Amino acid sequence: MSVIIVLLLASISVAALFLAAFIWSVKKGQFDDDYSPPRRILFEDSPPE
Amino acid sequence: MVYQLINKNGLCEYYNLNENPGISQRISVRKDKFAFLDDQKIEQQLISFKDDSQIHITFYLPQMHCSSCLYLLENLHKLNKGVIASKVNFTRKEVAIRFNFKETSLRKVAELLTSIGYEPYISLSDLKQAKPGVNKTLIYQLGVAGFCFANIMLMSFPEYLGLESAEKSLQGVFRTLNFILSLPVLLYSALPFYESAWKSLKHKFLNIDAPIALAILMTFVRSAYEVLSGTGAGYFDSMTGIVFFMLAGRILQQKTHQQLSFERDYTSYFPVAVTVIKNKEEVPVALPDIKLNDTLLIHNEELIPTDGILTKGKAFIDYSFVTGESLPVMKDTGEFIYAGGKQTGGTIEVLVMKEVAQSYLTRLWNKDEQTATEEKSQSFVQGLSRYFTYIVLSVALIGAVYWSFYDSHKAWNVITTVLIVACPCALLLSNSFTNGNILTILARNKFYLRNAQAIEDMAGISHIVFDKTGTLTNTHHQDIVYEGTLLTKDQEQLVGTLAAQSTHPLSKALTTYLKRNTKFEVIGFSEVKGEGIEGFVNGELVALGSKRFIKGKFTKPDEGTRVYVSVENKPLGYFRFQNHYRETLPALVSDLKKQFDLSVISGDGPAEKENLQNLMGLKTNVLFEQSPADKLSYIQQLQTKHENVMMIGDGLNDAGALKQSNVGIALTENTNNFTPASDAILEAAQLSKLTRFIQLCRANKQIVMASFILSIVYNIIGLFFALQGVLSPMIAAILMPSSSISIILLTFGSSSLAARWLKL
Repeated sequence: MSVIIVLLLASISVAALFLAAFIWSVKKGQFDDDYSPPRRILFEDSPPE
Repeated sequence: MVYQLINKNGLCEYYNLNENPGISQRISVRKDKFAFLDDQKIEQQLISFKDDSQIHITFYLPQMHCSSCLYLLENLHKLNKGVIASKVNFTRKEVAIRFNFKETSLRKVAELLTSIGYEPYISLSDLKQAKPGVNKTLIYQLGVAGFCFANIMLMSFPEYLGLESAEKSLQGVFRTLNFILSLPVLLYSALPFYESAWKSLKHKFLNIDAPIALAILMTFVRSAYEVLSGTGAGYFDSMTGIVFFMLAGRILQQKTHQQLSFERDYTSYFPVAVTVIKNKEEVPVALPDIKLNDTLLIHNEELIPTDGILTKGKAFIDYSFVTGESLPVMKDTGEFIYAGGKQTGGTIEVLVMKEVAQSYLTRLWNKDEQTATEEKSQSFVQGLSRYFTYIVLSVALIGAVYWSFYDSHKAWNVITTVLIVACPCALLLSNSFTNGNILTILARNKFYLRNAQAIEDMAGISHIVFDKTGTLTNTHHQDIVYEGTLLTKDQEQLVGTLAAQSTHPLSKALTTYLKRNTKFEVIGFSEVKGEGIEGFVNGELVALGSKRFIKGKFTKPDEGTRVYVSVENKPLGYFRFQNHYRETLPALVSDLKKQFDLSVISGDGPAEKENLQNLMGLKTNVLFEQSPADKLSYIQQLQTKHENVMMIGDGLNDAGALKQSNVGIALTENTNNFTPASDAILEAAQLSKLTRFIQLCRANKQIVMASFILSIVYNIIGLFFALQGVLSPMIAAILMPSSSISIILLTFGSSSLAARWLKL
C-alpha cells in the first residue's frame, strides 16, 4: 500500500519537473521564433557565442 | 557588389542555400544616411544594453525573407570584425546584434546591413523605448493548470472506480493531494477570470467572467469543505478541467500576428532624424528637436517629416503613403508642402513652418485618438451570458427555498451544485474556440484581424465604404490611353526611346507601354524638371511633357494626369494616365451589391466619376474631392443612420475613417509594408474574397449559438441531478470534460467545415 504513495509522489515530482522545464523554455523564448532554429542547425559553421 | 563582399569573406555557401537568395540590390544608400546614429543621444535611446566594450542593439529588417538571409545575417561577424555575434528572430524580422564599439560603431553596423541589402528600419517610435513584450503569463497559467488538472484526474480515478474497504486510508491521501494540487489553479491559473469579473463588477455590469469566477470559487469552497470534513471527494477535477480548457481557448483567441501591428501611429512612419542646415553645416537632428524656421535638407527617397515651405530645389513628392496615389506631385519653390510625402529626385530644402507634433498629418492622427477611446460594440456573448446568469441565480434560489422547507441540510448542497453545474463555461469555450479557429482560417487567407471582437463586427456590417486610389485601383499599374493624331509605329518607338532617357515615373510607364528601340540614337537630350523632356531621336525632334511645355505658356492646365507629345514641334496629342481598377473588382462588386450598401470615397478630382459609377452600379454613392476629415464625417453620418460601416482603405488619409468605422480594413500590397491603424489588415490580392470572409464571420455567430444550445442541454441534465441534491462527483466529472470536449470538437469542426464550404 505504501508503495503506491511512493509511486504517486515520484510521478508527481516527475510531472513537476516537466512543468518546470516547460515554464523555463517559455521564459527563455524557445517558442518565440519557430523558423530560424531548425534552419540554423543546418549551417556548416554556426555563429560564435 | 554584394557578391564581392560575400565572396571575399568566404560566405559563398550563401548562394548554395537557396535558389534565389536576396532581393535585388537597391540603389546604393546615400553616404550620410545613417549619420544620425553617431549622435550619442539618439544612440542612447536605440540600444538595449551598453557596458564598457559592448553594445547590444535590435534592428528591424523588413527585407528578411528566406533561410539565406538568416545565414548571412548570423555571419555578420565575418563581414565586420567589430561584430561579436548576431542572432535573428525570423518571426519578428529582427536581428539582435552585439558589437564592440571600440572597433566599429552603430552607424557602421547599420551601413553594413544596408550594403548587403537589409536596410534597418529605424523609425521615430523606436525612440520611445516602450516595446511591449509578448504576454507570457497566460501560457504559464495554462501550463500550471494543465499539470494540476492531469494529476488530479489521475488521482480521482480510484475514487470513481470504487476503492476496496481495505484501502480506505489511501482515499484520504488522494483527496488531500487533490486539494493541494487545486490550490495553484485557484490562486494562480484562474487569476484572469477574477480580474475580469472584478473589473466588470466595478463598472456595475455582469460580464461572462463573473459567473465563471463565482463557479470556480464555489466549486473550491464546496470541495474543500467535503474533503476536510471527510464527507466526499469534491469536484477538484471538474474545476481544474474547466480552468484549463478556458485558458486554452483564451490563448487560442488571443494568438496575435506578431509580425503585424494594428496600432501604428505616425511615429512609426517617421524617421528618427533628419538633416538640418545650421550655419551652412549639415547636422543630423532628432525629429522631436526640430524647431520652427529650421531648414531641413531632404534627400532622394526621404520622408518629409513636417509641414513647411519649399525653399530650394524642385520637389516631386510621392504621397502614396498618405493618399494611395502613386504618381508624384510636383511642387515649385515657395509652395507649401504637407508632411508625409516622400521626395523622389534631387535634394530639396524645406523651411519648417510647424513642429512635427503640430503638422496636418499628426493632428489628423491625434484627433482620431479621441474618437477611439469610445467603447466599440459589445459582444453578443456578453448579453447572452447576462440572461444566463440571472436564470441560473434564480434557479439556485428557487431550489434553495424549496429544499429549506423539506430538508434544510440539502439547501446548501443544492445551491452549490447548481452554481457549479450552471457555470457558463461551455458558452465561453464555444465562443473562444470558434473565434480562435476563424482567426486562424482568415489569417491563412492573408486576412489578419486585430482581435476576436472584429469577427462579430464584420458579421454585423450593413454598409461598405471603399477608398478609390490604391484600394479599388491597383497602385502598380496604370492604363495609358492615347488621344490625338494617331501615331505611327515608328513614332511610338521614337517617343518610347525618348522616355527611356528619363527616370520620371510617367516616362518609365510610357517606356514600358510603347517599347523602346535601342537602335535609335538620342542626341541633345534635355530635361526641364517638372515640365518635360526633349531630344533628337533618330534625327527627329521629339518632345514630351506638360501641356504648357508642348503647347506654349498660355494654355490652361487640365484635369487628370496627361503627357503631351510633339514631333518636329508639331503637337500630336496626349497620353492620358488612368488608374487601373483591380481585375477582380466587377465580380466582387456585383456580389457585395446584393447584400450591402456601397460607397466610394476619394480624395481625387471627379474625372473618373462616370467610369466608376458604371463599375460600381447606380445605387452606389460615389464621392470625390473628399478630404480626410470629410471621409471621417461621412462615416459618422452613416453611423448616425444606424448603419454598421466597414471602411476599406489604404493610405494615411483614410486613417481617421478607418478608426471611426465599425470595422476598418487596411489594404496593403504586401504585409511587410506599413499600414495605418485599423481593425484588420488584408493583402490586396485577396480583396476578391471579401464576400466570403464576411460570410465566414457570420457563420461564427451561428456556430456559437448552436454549441450554446448543446451546452444548455448538458446544463439541464446537470441541473436535473443538482436540484435533487444527488449530483455525485462522478457525474460531474463525466459531464464537465465531455461537454467541454464535445463543444470544442463541434466548434472546431463546424467552423472548419464552413471555411471549406466557402473555399477559404
